[in-house]
Amino acid sequence: MRSEGEPVKKLTEIAEQIYGQIEGGEIPKMVLPLRTKSNIKFDSKSNVWKYGKATGVRSAKKTVGAYMLLRTMYMLEFINSMIKEKKSSTLREMYYISEGWGKAKFSTQDESDKLAEDLEIITHCLREDFKLRPEEDGARVIGNITIEETDRKGKKKRINCRDDVGDSGYSIPYNVEKEKVRFVSVDADFVIAIETGGMFDRLVENGFDEDFRAVLVHLKGQPARSTRRFIKRLNEELKLPVVTFTDGDPWSFRIHASVAYGAIKTAHISEYLATPTAEFIGITASDILNYDLPTDKLSEMDIRALEAELTDPRFNDQFWKNEIELMMKNGRKAEQQALAKYGLDYVTDTYLPEKLTQAGII
Amino acid sequence: MTSIAEELGKKQKEISVSEFFERNRQILGFDSLSKALIVAVKEAVDNSLDACEDASILPDIRVTIDRLNQNEFRVSVMDNGPGIVRTQLPNVFGRLLYGSRFHAIRQSRGQQGIGISAVVMYAQITTGKPAHIRSKIEENDVSNDLLLTIDTKRNRPVVVEENHIIWEEEGRRVSHGTLIEFDIAARYVTGRQSVFEYLRSTAVVNPHARITYRDPEGRTTAFERATQTMPPRAVEIKPHPYGLEIGTLMNMLSGTEEKRLSSFLKNEFSRISDRVAKEICERAMISPDKKPREITLEQARAILDAISSTKIMAPQTDCLSPIGETLIKRGLKNVLGSLRPEFYAQPVTRQPAVYNGNPFQVEAGIVYGGELPVDQPVTIMRYANRVPLLYQQGADAITQVIENMDWRRYGLEQRGGTGIPYGPAVILVHVLSTKLPFTSESKEAIAPIPVIMEEIELALKSCARNLKSHLNKKETKGRASAKFDIVSEVIPRIAEKAASVLQKPVPDISRTIMKIMNVIYVDDELSYDQKKREIRGKVRLRNYTSKKQSLKVHMMLPPENLDLKSIEPGPASVEDGKVVWEIDKLQPLQTVELFFSLRDVEKDDYTENEIYVSDINPLLVLGAEPLPGDWGIRAFEVEEEEKEEDYDSQAEGELSEE
Repeated sequence: MRSEGEPVKKLTEIAEQIYGQIEGGEIPKMVLPLRTKSNIKFDSKSNVWKYGKATGVRSAKKTVGAYMLLRTMYMLEFINSMIKEKKSSTLREMYYISEGWGKAKFSTQDESDKLAEDLEIITHCLREDFKLRPEEDGARVIGNITIEETDRKGKKKRINCRDDVGDSGYSIPYNVEKEKVRFVSVDADFVIAIETGGMFDRLVENGFDEDFRAVLVHLKGQPARSTRRFIKRLNEELKLPVVTFTDGDPWSFRIHASVAYGAIKTAHISEYLATPTAEFIGITASDILNYDLPTDKLSEMDIRALEAELTDPRFNDQFWKNEIELMMKNGRKAEQQALAKYGLDYVTDTYLPEKLTQAGII
Repeated sequence: MTSIAEELGKKQKEISVSEFFERNRQILGFDSLSKALIVAVKEAVDNSLDACEDASILPDIRVTIDRLNQNEFRVSVMDNGPGIVRTQLPNVFGRLLYGSRFHAIRQSRGQQGIGISAVVMYAQITTGKPAHIRSKIEENDVSNDLLLTIDTKRNRPVVVEENHIIWEEEGRRVSHGTLIEFDIAARYVTGRQSVFEYLRSTAVVNPHARITYRDPEGRTTAFERATQTMPPRAVEIKPHPYGLEIGTLMNMLSGTEEKRLSSFLKNEFSRISDRVAKEICERAMISPDKKPREITLEQARAILDAISSTKIMAPQTDCLSPIGETLIKRGLKNVLGSLRPEFYAQPVTRQPAVYNGNPFQVEAGIVYGGELPVDQPVTIMRYANRVPLLYQQGADAITQVIENMDWRRYGLEQRGGTGIPYGPAVILVHVLSTKLPFTSESKEAIAPIPVIMEEIELALKSCARNLKSHLNKKETKGRASAKFDIVSEVIPRIAEKAASVLQKPVPDISRTIMKIMNVIYVDDELSYDQKKREIRGKVRLRNYTSKKQSLKVHMMLPPENLDLKSIEPGPASVEDGKVVWEIDKLQPLQTVELFFSLRDVEKDDYTENEIYVSDINPLLVLGAEPLPGDWGIRAFEVEEEEKEEDYDSQAEGELSEE
């Protein structure tokens, strides 16, 4: 996180730009990189996907643009006041704050979240620098790793994520930066990031973390920023390899993409969130056939999602092309818990050991 | 052995008209129980409307339907018509094919149906009960009150019971009118083909009538009168020789009182002069002095041939009585007003035209928006001589024309550009004629005759263009109000907020506003003065561009109502309602206002301005259409739009990941 002077200065620059445009008799506007699939490019320096050079204009010539610019003014005024008063708010509170903005109020929280991201992109700050935090918690962790967390009273607490926690594990806070979470020691060989809570609990119950010296991280569907950041730090600082274990459907492919390659929505901070070496171990479309898993038919939405992935640059390699095309050909998807077809221990006794061996993790 | 045909022939002779109909009720339209109620009400109401119009009385008709048991209903229709004299009373209601207008060539409702007597007969057949008839003429003190049945063998009315009574309704003496009441087997339905819909449709095209209806559930609906003016009386005319059929000609020849062929032609037909009669006789090579009754079938054919090769004046058309553009609009408003439609396209009454020697005329109207359903096919209201057509929509010429027009050009949805369009609209078409061509005896659909279809299409296109112009205007208004919102609500606040964040004075926004608008904004309003019966119109032009602008503003105003003195500022020209203002060098941010008044008008007569501009780049004007044919008079000066991607219209859903 940056010092408080920096974000204020950056935000003020935005106001100055708009003020200057009006003073010069121009139509106020802001130029931003396009946040679309077609404008994310692979950055070979950091091995993650970032926004490319294509830009879009938010202009007061159009109604939506005009209102977004007005909201920008309101938002930066609000952020300045929070910084001054040493307060912070959740993104949801930010959305409700706009109730007082008359016609400029946000119509959905998506809108206000997106504007916060826009400000991140323009200022190269993080929304935490603006005293905005997500209301959702990060996900859970179980494994033999000891961390030191600075709690709300400033006290440092040492927690072993296997011995000091209950069955639901250590809960990742929204801020996982060094000043908040420090890694003390680790005795594990790899990190396994799991999409669903049911599978996470299965692995916990079966003692997978101890048997295979693994750190289990629950992704809770599309992982929050803090979860991704936490995984990246485990990978970078503790040199733990990372694998993702998800359902076998088009949306799960995107979960892996956001962990490993960077999400389209947060491509401006991919470098900070993505773990380029993370490996997808399943469930793949081939697994569905090889393990003869119970399946569901792909819905129309699923098929559209797969089609979109075929033109997504992040999936433009042979492995993903094969998997996506195979899934489309079969027209079926499967949940990770479908492995229970062969008994509750099958996943930990057979499936994961096989897949992890293939991946060279164990 | 006698042949089967002869046997049948004998039997046929024995069957009276009534008996024949009794055995073939579908011909009368009684082919289903649910249709029976509508046909019964329709015949009675048509009779009442015709009777009132003949006597120049504004109709007041009361229809009541009571359920007697599951499949039996009592229908009662009462009017304030002139009444029927006692001697005619049994014949009118108890004898088929009896009536004054059976042979008349004249636009009337009556020619559509088989008459009220068929209804009486149907009632009698299905329930065994006589009909109750009461009628009073103004001259008498009491009404004649009859119970009537039909002797179906002889096609003669039988009066079962007769009384003379003093007629009172709701405590008041009835001065004149007729009531008919009968019990019939029927099924009561609601929806598109119901008595309610029939009466509602009838009310639209008979705005001079007041119709109240009490349905079997006891709900009463009143369709109030929307005008006090009677429709002009339809004039009786003689048949025009074009389109004459051989059978008709033979009948006329044997029935005429004329002694010579030439005088027969001259006096029994319209548009035949002495000279034309002589020409026809010469061409047919028959002596003009020949007795009409002695003309053979072959000679009659020769006469028909002669007629078709002789040039005869088109039939007179003053025998038609259209509803008229103003009253169609009023009728539609009166009946559909509760759905708050946003727009009534200016109805169109075409000039009369001729098919097969019969004059006919087409009228059309379109209603759009409001609470009309958006995602359904449009409602088509079909009329023949002011009578709604509820059945056989698909077979009707009107439907076929609608299906073959490309309504997408006029702002309605239509898959592939054919078929019935979708959208919140009602399309009304009225075809009127002295002799309407129907597809079948049940007279439920107008036959697709090319000239008639052409006229229908022209009428609809004219209405549809009006609708499109309205929709264009609405769209422009939408764009204009969006821009207004930006410059009046958003920009000032952006400036204020930016200033307050920076703790600087609020910057001047006027140049920014001009850049955003970059148009001459035209808006208009109409106000109605009930007392003076005057519509006052105002058109405002404000120059939001950064340069001074000159242009011409054109409006088409109804010339008969336009008050020339009211036009301000002095117009450049006024010609037959076409007003042109010349606006010279309107400075940036300067406003000019134009005024006019229409006198002697109803509020609804003029509801939307059509404003056109010329002598200026039309892209510089918001709120007015370019005068057709005026494009490219002056070189365009709009600054090149920068080619830039709109950040806020990026595809949603692409950002579906956190």
